[in-house]
Amino acid sequence: MRNARGIAAGVVAIAALLTTVVALQMDRERRFPQAEPAQQILYVNSPAVLTRLALSYDALVADLYWIRAIQYYGGTRLSEQGDKSYELLFPLLDLTTSLDPDFNIAYEFGAFFLSEKKPGGPGQSDLAIKLLEKGLVARPDRWQYPYDIGFVHYRDGNYNVAADWFERAAKTPGAMKQGERADMWLIPLAANTRATGGDTRSSRVIYEHLLTSEAAWLREDAARRLKKLDAIDRIAELERRTREYERRFGDPPPTWEHMVQAGLLPGVPLDPEGHPYVLNPWWGDVTVSRDSPVWPLPTENPA
Amino acid sequence: MRTIGLVALHVFRDSVRDKVLYSIVAFAVVLMAVSYLIGQLTAGEDLKIIKDLGLAAMSLMGLFIAVFIGIGLIAREIDRRSIYAVLAKPVRRHELLLGKYLGLVGTLLVNLSVMAIAYYVVLAYIGTTLSPAALKAAPAPPTDPRLLLAVLMIALELSLVTAVALFWSTFSSSALLSAGFTVALYVAGQFGADLKNFEQVVESPAAGMVGRVLYYVLPNFAAFDIKAEVVHALPLPAGYLAMTTLYAAVYIAALLIASVMIFARRDFK
Repeated sequence: MRNARGIAAGVVAIAALLTTVVALQMDRERRFPQAEPAQQILYVNSPAVLTRLALSYDALVADLYWIRAIQYYGGTRLSEQGDKSYELLFPLLDLTTSLDPDFNIAYEFGAFFLSEKKPGGPGQSDLAIKLLEKGLVARPDRWQYPYDIGFVHYRDGNYNVAADWFERAAKTPGAMKQGERADMWLIPLAANTRATGGDTRSSRVIYEHLLTSEAAWLREDAARRLKKLDAIDRIAELERRTREYERRFGDPPPTWEHMVQAGLLPGVPLDPEGHPYVLNPWWGDVTVSRDSPVWPLPTENPA
Repeated sequence: MRTIGLVALHVFRDSVRDKVLYSIVAFAVVLMAVSYLIGQLTAGEDLKIIKDLGLAAMSLMGLFIAVFIGIGLIAREIDRRSIYAVLAKPVRRHELLLGKYLGLVGTLLVNLSVMAIAYYVVLAYIGTTLSPAALKAAPAPPTDPRLLLAVLMIALELSLVTAVALFWSTFSSSALLSAGFTVALYVAGQFGADLKNFEQVVESPAAGMVGRVLYYVLPNFAAFDIKAEVVHALPLPAGYLAMTTLYAAVYIAALLIASVMIFARRDFK
Protein backbone atom coordinates (compact mmCIF):
# COMPACT_ATOMS: atom_id res chain seq x y z
CA MET A 1 0.00 0.00 0.00
CA ARG A 2 2.77 2.35 1.02
CA ASN A 3 4.66 1.35 -2.09
CA ALA A 4 1.70 2.18 -4.38
CA ARG A 5 1.30 5.53 -2.64
CA GLY A 6 4.99 6.22 -3.17
CA ILE A 7 4.73 5.46 -6.90
CA ALA A 8 1.65 7.68 -7.25
CA ALA A 9 3.45 10.51 -5.47
CA GLY A 10 6.43 10.08 -7.76
CA VAL A 11 4.27 10.17 -10.89
CA VAL A 12 2.49 13.30 -9.65
CA ALA A 13 5.83 14.96 -8.86
CA ILE A 14 7.24 14.13 -12.30
CA ALA A 15 4.08 15.40 -14.03
CA ALA A 16 4.19 18.61 -12.00
CA LEU A 17 7.87 19.19 -12.77
CA LEU A 18 7.39 18.54 -16.50
CA THR A 19 4.43 20.92 -16.56
CA THR A 20 6.60 23.54 -14.87
CA VAL A 21 9.33 22.99 -17.47
CA VAL A 22 6.87 23.52 -20.34
CA ALA A 23 5.38 26.61 -18.68
CA LEU A 24 8.86 28.03 -18.03
CA GLN A 25 9.90 27.49 -21.65
CA MET A 26 6.73 29.13 -22.98
CA ASP A 27 7.12 32.07 -20.63
CA ARG A 28 10.79 32.53 -21.54
CA GLU A 29 9.99 32.51 -25.25
CA ARG A 30 7.22 35.05 -24.70
CA ARG A 31 9.55 37.38 -22.78
CA PHE A 32 12.64 36.83 -24.91
CA PRO A 33 11.46 35.87 -28.37
CA GLN A 34 14.08 34.07 -30.38
CA ALA A 35 14.84 35.48 -33.80
CA GLU A 36 14.02 33.16 -36.69
CA PRO A 37 17.07 32.34 -38.78
CA ALA A 38 17.34 34.91 -41.57
CA GLN A 39 17.92 32.29 -44.19
CA GLN A 40 18.22 28.57 -44.49
CA ILE A 41 21.69 27.13 -44.45
CA LEU A 42 23.09 24.15 -46.25
CA TYR A 43 25.73 22.75 -43.92
CA VAL A 44 27.19 20.32 -46.43
CA ASN A 45 27.44 21.60 -49.99
CA SER A 46 29.59 18.95 -51.56
CA PRO A 47 27.76 15.90 -52.95
CA ALA A 48 31.04 13.93 -52.82
CA VAL A 49 31.53 14.65 -49.12
CA LEU A 50 27.91 13.94 -48.25
CA THR A 51 27.93 10.64 -50.14
CA ARG A 52 30.88 9.54 -48.01
CA LEU A 53 29.37 10.82 -44.77
CA ALA A 54 26.18 8.87 -45.46
CA LEU A 55 28.09 5.55 -45.40
CA SER A 56 25.67 2.88 -46.62
CA TYR A 57 22.63 4.97 -45.73
CA ASP A 58 22.88 7.19 -48.81
CA ALA A 59 19.37 6.34 -50.05
CA LEU A 60 17.88 7.33 -46.69
CA VAL A 61 19.89 10.58 -46.58
CA ALA A 62 18.72 11.25 -50.17
CA ASP A 63 15.14 10.91 -48.95
CA LEU A 64 15.81 13.43 -46.19
CA TYR A 65 17.28 15.92 -48.68
CA TRP A 66 14.34 15.31 -51.02
CA ILE A 67 11.88 16.13 -48.21
CA ARG A 68 13.96 19.20 -47.41
CA ALA A 69 13.89 20.31 -51.08
CA ILE A 70 10.09 19.98 -51.16
CA GLN A 71 9.71 21.88 -47.91
CA TYR A 72 12.16 24.56 -49.08
CA TYR A 73 10.38 25.04 -52.39
CA GLY A 74 6.94 25.16 -50.80
CA GLY A 75 8.08 27.42 -47.96
CA THR A 76 9.79 29.85 -50.33
CA ARG A 77 6.87 29.91 -52.71
CA LEU A 78 4.31 30.55 -49.97
CA SER A 79 6.39 33.08 -48.03
CA GLU A 80 5.18 36.61 -48.46
CA GLN A 81 8.47 38.23 -47.68
CA GLY A 82 12.14 37.53 -47.62
CA ASP A 83 14.42 35.90 -50.14
CA LYS A 84 12.61 34.38 -53.10
CA SER A 85 15.70 33.50 -55.06
CA TYR A 86 15.31 29.74 -54.45
CA GLU A 87 19.08 29.62 -54.25
CA LEU A 88 19.11 26.39 -52.24
CA LEU A 89 16.73 24.49 -54.52
CA PHE A 90 19.32 23.30 -57.00
CA PRO A 91 21.95 22.38 -54.35
CA LEU A 92 19.32 20.39 -52.45
CA LEU A 93 18.22 18.50 -55.56
CA ASP A 94 21.85 18.05 -56.62
CA LEU A 95 22.66 16.48 -53.24
CA THR A 96 19.53 14.29 -53.42
CA THR A 97 20.41 12.95 -56.85
CA SER A 98 24.08 12.48 -55.98
CA LEU A 99 23.12 10.36 -53.00
CA ASP A 100 20.58 8.40 -55.02
CA PRO A 101 21.22 8.74 -58.77
CA ASP A 102 17.99 6.83 -59.52
CA PHE A 103 15.76 9.28 -57.66
CA ASN A 104 13.62 9.94 -60.73
CA ILE A 105 11.12 12.27 -59.23
CA ALA A 106 13.86 14.62 -58.03
CA TYR A 107 14.97 15.15 -61.64
CA GLU A 108 11.37 15.60 -62.79
CA PHE A 109 10.70 18.03 -59.96
CA GLY A 110 13.86 19.93 -60.87
CA ALA A 111 12.83 20.18 -64.53
CA PHE A 112 9.41 21.41 -63.66
CA PHE A 113 10.06 23.88 -60.89
CA LEU A 114 13.64 25.13 -61.40
CA SER A 115 12.68 26.21 -64.93
CA GLU A 116 9.53 28.00 -63.81
CA LYS A 117 9.84 31.64 -64.79
CA LYS A 118 10.28 34.49 -62.33
CA PRO A 119 8.62 35.99 -60.33
CA GLY A 120 6.57 32.87 -59.54
CA GLY A 121 9.47 30.46 -59.85
CA PRO A 122 13.26 30.35 -59.68
CA GLY A 123 13.76 30.94 -63.43
CA GLN A 124 16.81 28.64 -63.43
CA SER A 125 16.39 26.74 -66.69
CA ASP A 126 20.16 26.25 -67.01
CA LEU A 127 20.28 24.48 -63.65
CA ALA A 128 17.20 22.42 -64.51
CA ILE A 129 18.97 21.20 -67.65
CA LYS A 130 22.19 20.56 -65.70
CA LEU A 131 20.26 18.39 -63.25
CA LEU A 132 18.54 16.46 -66.03
CA GLU A 133 21.80 15.91 -67.91
CA LYS A 134 23.16 14.42 -64.69
CA GLY A 135 20.16 12.08 -64.64
CA LEU A 136 20.82 11.17 -68.25
CA VAL A 137 24.39 10.17 -67.38
CA ALA A 138 23.10 7.95 -64.55
CA ARG A 139 20.29 6.40 -66.62
CA PRO A 140 20.85 6.83 -70.37
CA ASP A 141 17.98 4.40 -71.05
CA ARG A 142 15.31 6.66 -69.59
CA TRP A 143 13.41 8.68 -72.21
CA GLN A 144 11.94 10.93 -69.55
CA TYR A 145 15.17 12.92 -69.01
CA PRO A 146 15.71 14.05 -72.63
CA TYR A 147 11.98 14.67 -72.81
CA ASP A 148 12.17 16.85 -69.69
CA ILE A 149 15.14 18.76 -71.15
CA GLY A 150 12.99 19.36 -74.22
CA PHE A 151 10.20 20.53 -71.94
CA VAL A 152 12.51 23.10 -70.30
CA HIS A 153 13.59 24.42 -73.72
CA TYR A 154 9.98 24.46 -74.85
CA ARG A 155 9.06 26.54 -71.84
CA ASP A 156 11.85 28.97 -72.67
CA GLY A 157 10.59 29.29 -76.24
CA ASN A 158 13.54 27.43 -77.82
CA TYR A 159 11.25 25.31 -79.96
CA ASN A 160 13.83 23.86 -82.34
CA VAL A 161 16.11 22.80 -79.50
CA ALA A 162 13.07 21.38 -77.67
CA ALA A 163 12.10 19.40 -80.79
CA ASP A 164 15.66 18.01 -81.00
CA TRP A 165 15.39 16.74 -77.42
CA PHE A 166 11.91 15.26 -77.98
CA GLU A 167 13.35 13.37 -80.97
CA ARG A 168 16.27 12.20 -78.87
CA ALA A 169 13.83 11.05 -76.18
CA ALA A 170 11.89 9.06 -78.78
CA LYS A 171 15.09 7.27 -79.79
CA THR A 172 16.13 6.14 -76.29
CA PRO A 173 15.66 2.41 -75.69
CA GLY A 174 13.21 3.03 -72.83
CA ALA A 175 10.81 4.93 -75.12
CA MET A 176 10.36 1.90 -77.35
CA LYS A 177 9.65 -0.47 -74.48
CA GLN A 178 6.60 -2.69 -74.96
CA GLY A 179 3.63 -1.33 -73.08
CA GLU A 180 5.16 2.16 -72.93
CA ARG A 181 5.84 3.11 -76.59
CA ALA A 182 6.42 6.77 -75.69
CA ASP A 183 8.02 7.18 -79.13
CA MET A 184 4.51 6.96 -80.62
CA TRP A 185 3.63 10.40 -79.27
CA LEU A 186 7.11 11.88 -78.86
CA ILE A 187 7.83 11.85 -82.61
CA PRO A 188 4.62 13.76 -83.54
CA LEU A 189 5.28 16.10 -80.61
CA ALA A 190 8.77 16.85 -81.92
CA ALA A 191 7.45 17.45 -85.43
CA ASN A 192 4.67 19.68 -84.20
CA THR A 193 6.98 21.67 -81.94
CA ARG A 194 9.43 22.19 -84.80
CA ALA A 195 6.69 23.18 -87.28
CA THR A 196 4.45 25.40 -85.23
CA GLY A 197 6.53 26.40 -82.22
CA GLY A 198 4.62 27.22 -79.09
CA ASP A 199 1.09 26.49 -80.23
CA THR A 200 -1.31 25.04 -77.73
CA ARG A 201 -1.41 21.61 -79.43
CA SER A 202 2.20 20.86 -78.41
CA SER A 203 1.62 22.22 -74.92
CA ARG A 204 -1.51 20.12 -74.60
CA VAL A 205 0.36 16.92 -75.51
CA ILE A 206 3.01 17.72 -72.89
CA TYR A 207 0.57 18.50 -70.10
CA GLU A 208 -1.74 15.59 -70.94
CA HIS A 209 1.27 13.34 -70.56
CA LEU A 210 1.98 14.91 -67.16
CA LEU A 211 -1.58 14.06 -66.08
CA THR A 212 -0.43 10.44 -65.89
CA SER A 213 2.51 11.31 -63.63
CA GLU A 214 3.00 9.43 -60.39
CA ALA A 215 3.22 12.64 -58.36
CA ALA A 216 -0.06 14.25 -57.40
CA TRP A 217 1.49 17.74 -57.44
CA LEU A 218 2.57 17.26 -61.04
CA ARG A 219 -0.87 16.02 -62.05
CA GLU A 220 -2.53 18.95 -60.28
CA ASP A 221 -0.16 21.44 -61.88
CA ALA A 222 -0.71 19.88 -65.32
CA ALA A 223 -4.50 20.02 -64.83
CA ARG A 224 -4.21 23.70 -63.89
CA ARG A 225 -2.12 24.42 -66.97
CA LEU A 226 -4.51 22.48 -69.23
CA LYS A 227 -7.30 24.73 -67.99
CA LYS A 228 -5.19 27.72 -69.02
CA LEU A 229 -4.75 26.18 -72.46
CA ASP A 230 -8.52 25.61 -72.67
CA ALA A 231 -8.98 29.28 -71.84
CA ILE A 232 -6.47 30.35 -74.53
CA ASP A 233 -8.24 28.23 -77.15
CA ARG A 234 -11.64 29.52 -76.05
CA ILE A 235 -10.39 33.13 -76.16
CA ALA A 236 -9.21 32.60 -79.75
CA GLU A 237 -12.67 31.29 -80.63
CA LEU A 238 -14.42 34.17 -78.82
CA GLU A 239 -12.23 36.75 -80.58
CA ARG A 240 -13.18 35.23 -83.94
CA ARG A 241 -16.83 35.83 -82.98
CA THR A 242 -16.24 39.40 -81.77
CA ARG A 243 -14.58 40.13 -85.13
CA GLU A 244 -17.66 38.65 -86.82
CA TYR A 245 -19.82 41.02 -84.71
CA GLU A 246 -17.63 43.97 -85.70
CA ARG A 247 -17.88 42.97 -89.37
CA ARG A 248 -21.67 42.91 -89.11
CA PHE A 249 -22.26 46.00 -86.97
CA GLY A 250 -19.19 48.18 -87.65
CA ASP A 251 -18.04 48.32 -83.98
CA PRO A 252 -16.79 45.71 -81.49
CA PRO A 253 -19.53 44.36 -79.13
CA PRO A 254 -19.95 46.61 -76.02
CA THR A 255 -21.04 43.64 -73.85
CA TRP A 256 -21.50 39.87 -74.04
CA GLU A 257 -25.27 40.46 -74.01
CA HIS A 258 -24.94 42.20 -77.39
CA MET A 259 -23.22 39.11 -78.75
CA VAL A 260 -26.01 36.90 -77.34
CA GLN A 261 -28.70 39.13 -78.85
CA ALA A 262 -26.88 38.97 -82.21
CA GLY A 263 -27.07 35.17 -82.01
CA LEU A 264 -23.30 34.80 -81.96
CA LEU A 265 -23.20 33.28 -78.47
CA PRO A 266 -25.71 31.17 -76.51
CA GLY A 267 -24.90 32.98 -73.23
CA VAL A 268 -22.19 34.80 -71.30
CA PRO A 269 -19.04 32.71 -71.85
CA LEU A 270 -17.39 31.29 -68.73
CA ASP A 271 -13.77 30.23 -68.31
CA PRO A 272 -12.89 26.69 -67.08
CA GLU A 273 -13.14 27.93 -63.48
CA GLY A 274 -16.63 29.39 -64.02
CA HIS A 275 -15.65 33.08 -64.20
CA PRO A 276 -17.01 35.18 -67.13
CA TYR A 277 -14.41 36.10 -69.74
CA VAL A 278 -13.59 39.81 -69.83
CA LEU A 279 -14.49 41.62 -73.07
CA ASN A 280 -12.67 44.81 -74.07
CA PRO A 281 -15.48 46.91 -75.67
CA TRP A 282 -12.95 49.21 -77.43
CA TRP A 283 -11.02 46.58 -79.34
CA GLY A 284 -13.13 43.46 -79.04
CA ASP A 285 -10.31 41.43 -77.56
CA VAL A 286 -10.96 38.94 -74.77
CA THR A 287 -9.09 37.88 -71.65
CA VAL A 288 -9.71 36.07 -68.38
CA SER A 289 -10.83 37.78 -65.21
CA ARG A 290 -8.13 38.60 -62.67
CA ASP A 291 -10.40 36.96 -60.08
CA SER A 292 -10.20 33.66 -61.90
CA PRO A 293 -7.71 30.96 -60.81
CA VAL A 294 -6.69 30.58 -64.47
CA TRP A 295 -5.26 34.15 -64.48
CA PRO A 296 -2.58 34.91 -65.59
CA LEU A 297 -2.48 33.05 -68.86
CA PRO A 298 0.96 32.18 -70.25
CA THR A 299 0.41 34.88 -72.87
CA GLU A 300 -0.17 37.57 -70.25
CA ASN A 301 2.09 39.59 -67.99
CA PRO A 302 0.91 39.10 -64.39
CA ALA A 303 2.48 42.38 -63.25
CA MET B 1 28.93 -29.03 -30.71
CA ARG B 2 26.29 -29.39 -27.99
CA THR B 3 28.28 -27.09 -25.72
CA ILE B 4 28.45 -24.45 -28.45
CA GLY B 5 24.67 -24.72 -28.84
CA LEU B 6 24.11 -24.34 -25.09
CA VAL B 7 26.35 -21.26 -24.92
CA ALA B 8 24.55 -19.80 -27.95
CA LEU B 9 21.17 -20.40 -26.30
CA HIS B 10 22.43 -18.74 -23.15
CA VAL B 11 23.56 -15.67 -25.12
CA PHE B 12 20.17 -15.50 -26.85
CA ARG B 13 18.32 -15.70 -23.51
CA ASP B 14 20.67 -13.07 -22.09
CA SER B 15 19.87 -10.75 -25.01
CA VAL B 16 16.16 -11.23 -24.44
CA ARG B 17 16.69 -10.45 -20.74
CA ASP B 18 18.68 -7.36 -21.76
CA LYS B 19 15.60 -6.14 -23.69
CA VAL B 20 17.45 -6.31 -27.02
CA LEU B 21 14.28 -7.45 -28.75
CA TYR B 22 12.67 -4.17 -27.72
CA SER B 23 14.39 -2.81 -30.82
CA ILE B 24 11.72 -4.62 -32.85
CA VAL B 25 9.00 -2.64 -31.12
CA ALA B 26 10.99 0.56 -31.70
CA PHE B 27 11.37 -0.38 -35.37
CA ALA B 28 7.65 -1.04 -35.85
CA VAL B 29 6.65 2.17 -34.07
CA VAL B 30 9.15 4.27 -36.05
CA LEU B 31 8.05 2.75 -39.35
CA MET B 32 4.35 3.23 -38.70
CA ALA B 33 4.82 6.80 -37.44
CA VAL B 34 6.98 7.70 -40.40
CA SER B 35 4.63 6.10 -42.92
CA TYR B 36 1.97 8.48 -41.63
CA LEU B 37 4.26 11.52 -41.57
CA ILE B 38 5.81 10.93 -44.99
CA GLY B 39 2.51 11.66 -46.73
CA GLN B 40 2.42 15.05 -45.04
CA LEU B 41 6.04 15.98 -45.68
CA THR B 42 6.86 14.86 -49.17
CA ALA B 43 5.37 15.03 -52.64
CA GLY B 44 5.47 11.59 -54.21
CA GLU B 45 7.88 8.71 -53.68
CA ASP B 46 6.25 7.78 -50.35
CA LEU B 47 6.72 4.10 -51.10
CA LYS B 48 10.41 4.52 -51.96
CA ILE B 49 11.05 6.52 -48.80
CA ILE B 50 9.34 3.94 -46.57
CA LYS B 51 11.25 1.12 -48.25
CA ASP B 52 14.54 3.00 -47.77
CA LEU B 53 13.72 3.85 -44.18
CA GLY B 54 12.74 0.29 -43.27
CA LEU B 55 15.93 -1.21 -44.68
CA ALA B 56 18.11 1.50 -43.14
CA ALA B 57 16.41 1.09 -39.75
CA MET B 58 16.92 -2.69 -39.83
CA SER B 59 20.57 -2.19 -40.69
CA LEU B 60 21.18 0.56 -38.10
CA MET B 61 19.43 -1.21 -35.23
CA GLY B 62 21.26 -4.41 -36.07
CA LEU B 63 24.54 -2.51 -36.23
CA PHE B 64 24.06 -1.10 -32.73
CA ILE B 65 23.22 -4.54 -31.37
CA ALA B 66 26.14 -6.20 -33.19
CA VAL B 67 28.68 -3.63 -32.02
CA PHE B 68 27.59 -2.95 -28.48
CA ILE B 69 26.62 -6.47 -27.52
CA GLY B 70 29.34 -8.04 -29.66
CA ILE B 71 32.12 -6.22 -27.81
CA GLY B 72 30.62 -7.17 -24.46
CA LEU B 73 30.32 -10.88 -25.17
CA ILE B 74 33.78 -11.65 -23.83
CA ALA B 75 34.74 -8.36 -22.21
CA ARG B 76 31.76 -8.48 -19.85
CA GLU B 77 32.61 -11.99 -18.70
CA ILE B 78 36.17 -10.86 -17.93
CA ASP B 79 35.00 -7.69 -16.26
CA ARG B 80 32.56 -9.53 -14.01
CA ARG B 81 35.17 -12.26 -13.48
CA SER B 82 32.47 -14.79 -14.38
CA ILE B 83 34.90 -16.10 -17.04
CA TYR B 84 36.68 -18.09 -14.31
CA ALA B 85 33.46 -19.87 -13.34
CA VAL B 86 32.59 -20.56 -16.98
CA LEU B 87 36.00 -21.92 -17.90
CA ALA B 88 36.08 -24.05 -14.77
CA LYS B 89 33.17 -25.99 -16.27
CA PRO B 90 33.70 -28.50 -19.10
CA VAL B 91 33.61 -25.71 -21.68
CA ARG B 92 36.60 -25.20 -23.91
CA ARG B 93 37.61 -21.70 -24.83
CA HIS B 94 36.85 -22.07 -28.51
CA GLU B 95 33.41 -23.53 -27.69
CA LEU B 96 32.66 -20.53 -25.50
CA LEU B 97 33.74 -18.12 -28.21
CA LEU B 98 31.88 -19.80 -31.05
CA GLY B 99 28.78 -20.25 -28.88
CA LYS B 100 28.86 -16.56 -27.99
CA TYR B 101 29.18 -15.63 -31.65
CA LEU B 102 26.38 -17.92 -32.83
CA GLY B 103 24.13 -16.79 -29.96
CA LEU B 104 24.44 -13.15 -30.97
CA VAL B 105 24.06 -13.90 -34.67
CA GLY B 106 20.94 -15.93 -33.78
CA THR B 107 19.56 -12.97 -31.83
CA LEU B 108 20.25 -10.70 -34.80
CA LEU B 109 18.56 -13.10 -37.20
CA VAL B 110 15.44 -13.39 -35.01
CA ASN B 111 15.44 -9.61 -34.73
CA LEU B 112 15.78 -9.13 -38.47
CA SER B 113 13.13 -11.75 -39.29
CA VAL B 114 10.50 -10.16 -37.07
CA MET B 115 11.44 -6.70 -38.36
CA ALA B 116 11.08 -7.97 -41.94
CA ILE B 117 7.57 -9.24 -41.16
CA ALA B 118 6.62 -5.87 -39.63
CA TYR B 119 8.19 -4.16 -42.65
CA TYR B 120 6.09 -6.14 -45.11
CA VAL B 121 2.92 -5.50 -43.09
CA VAL B 122 3.57 -1.73 -43.21
CA LEU B 123 4.40 -1.88 -46.94
CA ALA B 124 1.23 -3.85 -47.67
CA TYR B 125 -0.74 -1.20 -45.82
CA ILE B 126 1.02 1.61 -47.74
CA GLY B 127 0.16 -0.24 -50.96
CA THR B 128 -3.54 0.03 -50.13
CA THR B 129 -3.26 3.81 -49.67
CA LEU B 130 -1.54 4.52 -53.00
CA SER B 131 -3.37 5.57 -56.16
CA PRO B 132 -3.34 3.18 -59.14
CA ALA B 133 -1.17 5.75 -61.02
CA ALA B 134 1.41 5.77 -58.21
CA LEU B 135 1.43 1.97 -58.04
CA LYS B 136 1.87 1.73 -61.80
CA ALA B 137 4.70 4.28 -61.79
CA ALA B 138 6.54 2.56 -58.91
CA PRO B 139 9.47 0.48 -60.19
CA ALA B 140 8.42 -2.47 -57.99
CA PRO B 141 5.29 -3.50 -56.07
CA PRO B 142 5.05 -2.46 -52.39
CA THR B 143 5.62 -6.00 -51.07
CA ASP B 144 8.37 -6.80 -53.56
CA PRO B 145 9.92 -10.18 -52.56
CA ARG B 146 13.32 -8.89 -53.78
CA LEU B 147 13.46 -6.70 -50.65
CA LEU B 148 14.36 -9.91 -48.83
CA LEU B 149 17.63 -9.95 -50.77
CA ALA B 150 18.54 -6.64 -49.14
CA VAL B 151 17.53 -8.07 -45.74
CA LEU B 152 19.72 -11.10 -46.43
CA MET B 153 22.69 -8.85 -47.26
CA ILE B 154 22.05 -6.86 -44.06
CA ALA B 155 22.10 -10.15 -42.12
CA LEU B 156 25.43 -11.10 -43.68
CA GLU B 157 26.87 -7.66 -43.02
CA LEU B 158 25.78 -7.79 -39.38
CA SER B 159 27.24 -11.28 -38.98
CA LEU B 160 30.54 -9.90 -40.21
CA VAL B 161 30.33 -6.87 -37.90
CA THR B 162 29.65 -9.24 -34.98
CA ALA B 163 32.73 -11.28 -35.91
CA VAL B 164 34.80 -8.07 -36.02
CA ALA B 165 33.46 -6.94 -32.62
CA LEU B 166 34.17 -10.36 -31.12
CA PHE B 167 37.67 -10.33 -32.58
CA TRP B 168 38.57 -7.02 -30.94
CA SER B 169 37.03 -8.01 -27.63
CA THR B 170 39.21 -11.13 -27.43
CA PHE B 171 42.39 -9.17 -26.82
CA SER B 172 41.23 -5.77 -25.62
CA SER B 173 40.00 -5.41 -22.04
CA SER B 174 38.43 -2.04 -22.76
CA ALA B 175 34.90 -2.23 -24.18
CA LEU B 176 35.20 1.38 -25.35
CA LEU B 177 38.35 0.61 -27.30
CA SER B 178 36.77 -2.49 -28.85
CA ALA B 179 33.70 -0.47 -29.88
CA GLY B 180 35.96 2.22 -31.32
CA PHE B 181 37.95 -0.29 -33.35
CA THR B 182 34.81 -2.04 -34.61
CA VAL B 183 33.11 1.19 -35.65
CA ALA B 184 36.34 2.43 -37.27
CA LEU B 185 36.64 -0.76 -39.27
CA TYR B 186 32.99 -0.57 -40.25
CA VAL B 187 33.42 3.01 -41.49
CA ALA B 188 36.67 2.17 -43.29
CA GLY B 189 34.91 -0.76 -44.91
CA GLN B 190 32.43 1.66 -46.46
CA PHE B 191 35.20 3.53 -48.27
CA GLY B 192 36.26 0.61 -50.41
CA ALA B 193 36.09 2.49 -53.70
CA ASP B 194 38.17 5.38 -52.29
CA LEU B 195 40.84 3.03 -50.99
CA LYS B 196 40.95 1.18 -54.28
CA ASN B 197 41.41 4.40 -56.24
CA PHE B 198 43.72 6.00 -53.68
CA GLU B 199 46.58 6.04 -56.18
CA GLN B 200 44.62 8.52 -58.28
CA VAL B 201 44.70 11.17 -55.55
CA VAL B 202 48.22 10.65 -54.17
CA GLU B 203 51.50 11.13 -55.97
CA SER B 204 53.43 8.43 -54.14
CA PRO B 205 53.01 5.00 -55.76
CA ALA B 206 53.78 3.40 -52.37
CA ALA B 207 50.85 5.23 -50.74
CA GLY B 208 48.63 4.17 -53.61
CA MET B 209 49.75 0.59 -53.10
CA VAL B 210 48.97 0.82 -49.36
CA GLY B 211 45.47 2.02 -50.20
CA ARG B 212 44.98 -0.87 -52.60
CA VAL B 213 46.26 -3.42 -50.05
CA LEU B 214 43.94 -2.01 -47.39
CA TYR B 215 41.05 -2.24 -49.84
CA TYR B 216 41.59 -5.96 -50.21
CA VAL B 217 42.47 -6.69 -46.57
CA LEU B 218 39.80 -4.69 -44.73
CA PRO B 219 36.25 -6.06 -44.76
CA ASN B 220 34.41 -4.45 -47.66
CA PHE B 221 31.11 -3.56 -46.00
CA ALA B 222 30.03 -1.45 -48.98
CA ALA B 223 29.62 -4.63 -51.02
CA PHE B 224 26.64 -5.65 -48.87
CA ASP B 225 24.75 -2.47 -49.64
CA ILE B 226 22.20 -3.40 -52.30
CA LYS B 227 19.37 -1.38 -50.75
CA ALA B 228 19.14 1.18 -53.56
CA GLU B 229 19.27 -1.50 -56.29
CA VAL B 230 16.45 -3.45 -54.68
CA VAL B 231 14.26 -0.41 -54.01
CA HIS B 232 14.71 0.86 -57.59
CA ALA B 233 14.21 -2.68 -58.97
CA LEU B 234 17.57 -2.56 -60.75
CA PRO B 235 19.11 -5.84 -61.94
CA LEU B 236 21.16 -7.75 -59.37
CA PRO B 237 23.18 -10.62 -60.82
CA ALA B 238 22.80 -13.85 -58.82
CA GLY B 239 26.56 -14.32 -59.17
CA TYR B 240 27.20 -11.07 -57.31
CA LEU B 241 24.96 -12.13 -54.43
CA ALA B 242 26.52 -15.60 -54.29
CA MET B 243 30.07 -14.22 -54.29
CA THR B 244 29.24 -11.63 -51.63
CA THR B 245 27.71 -14.37 -49.46
CA LEU B 246 30.83 -16.48 -49.92
CA TYR B 247 33.03 -13.44 -49.16
CA ALA B 248 31.17 -12.91 -45.87
CA ALA B 249 31.43 -16.59 -44.92
CA VAL B 250 35.19 -16.73 -45.63
CA TYR B 251 35.91 -13.44 -43.84
CA ILE B 252 33.83 -14.48 -40.80
CA ALA B 253 35.65 -17.84 -40.68
CA ALA B 254 39.02 -16.06 -40.78
CA LEU B 255 38.02 -13.68 -37.98
CA LEU B 256 36.63 -16.47 -35.82
CA ILE B 257 39.79 -18.55 -36.23
CA ALA B 258 41.91 -15.52 -35.31
CA SER B 259 39.66 -14.82 -32.32
CA VAL B 260 39.88 -18.44 -31.13
CA MET B 261 43.67 -18.38 -31.44
CA ILE B 262 44.01 -15.15 -29.47
CA PHE B 263 41.45 -16.19 -26.87
CA ALA B 264 43.14 -19.58 -26.37
CA ARG B 265 46.37 -17.83 -25.38
CA ARG B 266 44.85 -15.10 -23.32
CA ASP B 267 45.87 -14.87 -19.69
CA PHE B 268 42.99 -13.74 -17.45
CA LYS B 269 45.08 -13.01 -14.36
